Amino acid sequence: MERQSLGFTVFLYVCAGLLAIMILAPFAWLFIMSISSTTDLVSKPLHWWPAETNWSRYRILTDLTPNTHGAALMTALVNSIEVAAIATFASLVVSVPAGWAVSRTPAVGWSLWLVIGTYMLPPVALAVPLYMGLAALGMLNTKFGLALVYLTILAPFTAWLLKSGFDPIPRDLEKAAAIDGARLDQTLRIIILPLAAPVIGTAALFAYLLAWDEFFYALLFTSDHRAKTVTVAIADLAGGRVSDYGLIATAGVIAALPPVIFGLVMQRTLISGLTRGGVKG
Amino acid sequence: MVPLLLVMLSVIGWPFIDTVRLSFTDARLVGAGGDFVGAANYQRIFASTAFWRAFFVTTEFAVVSVFVEVVLGVLVALLLYQNFRGRNILRALLILPWALPTVVNALLWRLIYNPEYGALNAMLVQTGLLDDYRSWLGDPNSALVALIIADAWKNFPLVALISLAALHAVPHDIKAAAVVDGANALSRFRYVILPYLVGPLMVALILRTIEAFKVFDIIWVMTRGGPANSTRTLSILVYQEAFSFQRAGSGASLALIVTLAVTMLAVAYAALIRKSAGARF
Amino acid sequence: MINRKTLLAALLLGTAIVNPAAAETTLNALFMAQAAYSEADVRAMTDAFIAENPDIKVNLEFVPYEGLHDKTLLALGSGSGYDVVLFDVIWPAEFAENNVLVDVTDRITQEMKDGVLPGAWTTVEYDGKRYGMPWILDTKYLFYNKDLLAQAGITAPPTTWEELSEQAQAVREMGLLDHPIVWSWAQAEAVICDYTTLVSANGGDFIADGKPAFQTGGGLEALQYMVDSYDSGLTNPNSKEYLEEDVRRVFQNGEAAFALNWTYMYNHANDPSESKVAGNVGVAPAPGVAGQSLVSAVNGSMGLGITTTSEHPDEAWTYITFMTSQPTQNAYARLSLPIWATSYDDPAVTAGQEDMIAAAKVGLAAMYPRPTTPGYQEMSAALQQAIQEALLGQASPADALAAAAEGGGL
Repeated sequence: MERQSLGFTVFLYVCAGLLAIMILAPFAWLFIMSISSTTDLVSKPLHWWPAETNWSRYRILTDLTPNTHGAALMTALVNSIEVAAIATFASLVVSVPAGWAVSRTPAVGWSLWLVIGTYMLPPVALAVPLYMGLAALGMLNTKFGLALVYLTILAPFTAWLLKSGFDPIPRDLEKAAAIDGARLDQTLRIIILPLAAPVIGTAALFAYLLAWDEFFYALLFTSDHRAKTVTVAIADLAGGRVSDYGLIATAGVIAALPPVIFGLVMQRTLISGLTRGGVKG
Repeated sequence: MVPLLLVMLSVIGWPFIDTVRLSFTDARLVGAGGDFVGAANYQRIFASTAFWRAFFVTTEFAVVSVFVEVVLGVLVALLLYQNFRGRNILRALLILPWALPTVVNALLWRLIYNPEYGALNAMLVQTGLLDDYRSWLGDPNSALVALIIADAWKNFPLVALISLAALHAVPHDIKAAAVVDGANALSRFRYVILPYLVGPLMVALILRTIEAFKVFDIIWVMTRGGPANSTRTLSILVYQEAFSFQRAGSGASLALIVTLAVTMLAVAYAALIRKSAGARF
Repeated sequence: MINRKTLLAALLLGTAIVNPAAAETTLNALFMAQAAYSEADVRAMTDAFIAENPDIKVNLEFVPYEGLHDKTLLALGSGSGYDVVLFDVIWPAEFAENNVLVDVTDRITQEMKDGVLPGAWTTVEYDGKRYGMPWILDTKYLFYNKDLLAQAGITAPPTTWEELSEQAQAVREMGLLDHPIVWSWAQAEAVICDYTTLVSANGGDFIADGKPAFQTGGGLEALQYMVDSYDSGLTNPNSKEYLEEDVRRVFQNGEAAFALNWTYMYNHANDPSESKVAGNVGVAPAPGVAGQSLVSAVNGSMGLGITTTSEHPDEAWTYITFMTSQPTQNAYARLSLPIWATSYDDPAVTAGQEDMIAAAKVGLAAMYPRPTTPGYQEMSAALQQAIQEALLGQASPADALAAAAEGGGL
């Protein structure tokens, strides 16, 4: 390592400090708003720290009494968890064999590119027929219908990640299995999947976060508590009749907690996935 | 590959083809199917000032936000590549904005930009940087910039993480050799580091540009295209045309034009990558 | 054998027929979380309904006003969409053309016809048919902060828009507030409501002889007034990104001397638990223009209708009848006033909000409609853009309105 001058070291720490503030300040403010009294939030000059903390909004928003703000948000939260889980599972089911096939048979690589190419389609280009199609199938405002649509966002992504994850697994293993008389699906299940477990985990995590974040399709294809996801629910809450900014901030904190905690706990997995996707291209 | 292709075909291929069909009709969203109208929708769109305005707003949003994200991302990567205490904590923090759901991010910044009680106004006025509170999202001169900042804050970590991984891929002996040759920091970056960054950065650039060109959520929640349509992007325009005004036909035409623009952008960038990769090796 | 088969078939058929009748019906109803009745009120009314009708269950869905129109249309596609929807006075034309709402003309009883204010009926009518029951009878009123006005030496609220500017100027000159008037001028339907109020004051027309007419005469003068008020700084410049809730927040915080808003603000702003100006809230009909009008008002009413996709139109109508009934409306008259004529003289309704009722009697009678046309959404979008462009100085009011008259959308 090269020697660093004192000036450079100071410069480094100043930059690092600024970066930390830049990242953390908005989060901190969201949290402070969620525990400030309404009076503090609408005072001029603004009170940066509440005179006394007020946690009541967390109670309001986690209250499960039917037909309340809390019930609406919690139901949406559960819907989000379910929709994201169904979509993630389904996307793995289709993209594990696909990623494997492309990894082993480069000749069919074009098909993966075709699938990845769909990433360029803006959701608005598919929304109208999807809407009409879901309507015809009676799947509008259902979790399953929404998950099916999410599959189209997740599958290209997971297939791509999985293909690059399968690539380094030696083929000799498969050949040996074939000689032992294993069928293709057995090979995949017994030999490949355990080896590829980490990359499958990464893909699943990404898929889950992507599905959690989705807003546009959820806005169009859900209409009430039966399928409405948390992103739509908090957009509705914030756009509606709420005179208290703290309540909006609290809803934001609640909706952000799952992915942010996921992100922090699983950061190594996430970063490896991000950079795998990015660097390998 | 077959199951994935089948799923993608049915959930993306068919709607896409149907969108193409719709784009030549005057179909409405609800009610009777439309009649064939030839290229009339396209003619109307290309002749409309609303379209061109949205096109330029979208381009500005995509180009500027991605530029900011790339510059900031590379700088942050260079910082986090250095050795200092707390570096690993900072790297972990970097995942936070990225993991925050887009809708929550939009809400958070809307609260920060609030003209009466927002943190930005309070901070700038209390530190004397600004004389009086301003309407950030209500002023066409600042609304788009405000949106870009909010978007860049959430998305620069992705670029930073990808760049950081690329930096770690630079062989140590090459860096050492450059130091021995007496190259200064700037030329070391330009000639030794940058070539390793270009490829991954280009991938990040393409991904982010496509995303930014499709932008819907953050604008929907923060401004809905206002003030005076100064932040109305193409996706918002498509939503309005196809869903608010129920003109599925011309909405489909518009969506296809957006798709075409995104594809052309991606192809142009891909050509650039190939060119820069060719120049390097 | 045959007998047993027949018996089985009969049993199956029997259950198929009997079951739906015995099972409880679930209605899905769409409401808005914006002005008028609060969510809590709607929920309480619905609970009361369920208590009276135990075999009907009602799921309530609340969206921001901005999402109400699109949600209603989008949900039509889903087989089990909403049964009951809240709709704005400007939508019956479009909804009728697109077969969104059930024509309920024949369900309306003589008692309803006689009891409901004639102005309220216009909310649900298109082409001679009625597509629901009026539920929210509302217009924009001029709210004022009595305390601030007294400090500025003003004894009575303005009766003309000109006078409003003068009084705001006086408030400003006393150093009480920099920007005394607040409106909801965000690029949304809210700005059209404020604009329409001014159009009605200036005797303008939206449409004359089937063509847009807002770009001249009263329509142009209305926008000119908005621009002048904005440019002079008498209007809070943030108004251009405000919706009704923002107006309420600013007014309740004591940062506005005058505000244009719906009925619901009166009792909210008078509630000390959420307002700093409780007890100082004055309300008057929106002013007029000398020589043109004495007061002005926009028809901002809304109705409850049955969607054409509803499988339970009868139960839906029972629910609507309950929600719009005089006892229900009288019991929840604090944030939205009843559609029933006699309620306005009922002490149970008027107690504690005599000023509000007095303003309503004048304002509701003067309600001016926004155009009833199936293409209203596009016309409104074009007008919203024109108004904002004029406010922001991107175009003169005349040019902006002329462009809007050319057409909106693509």
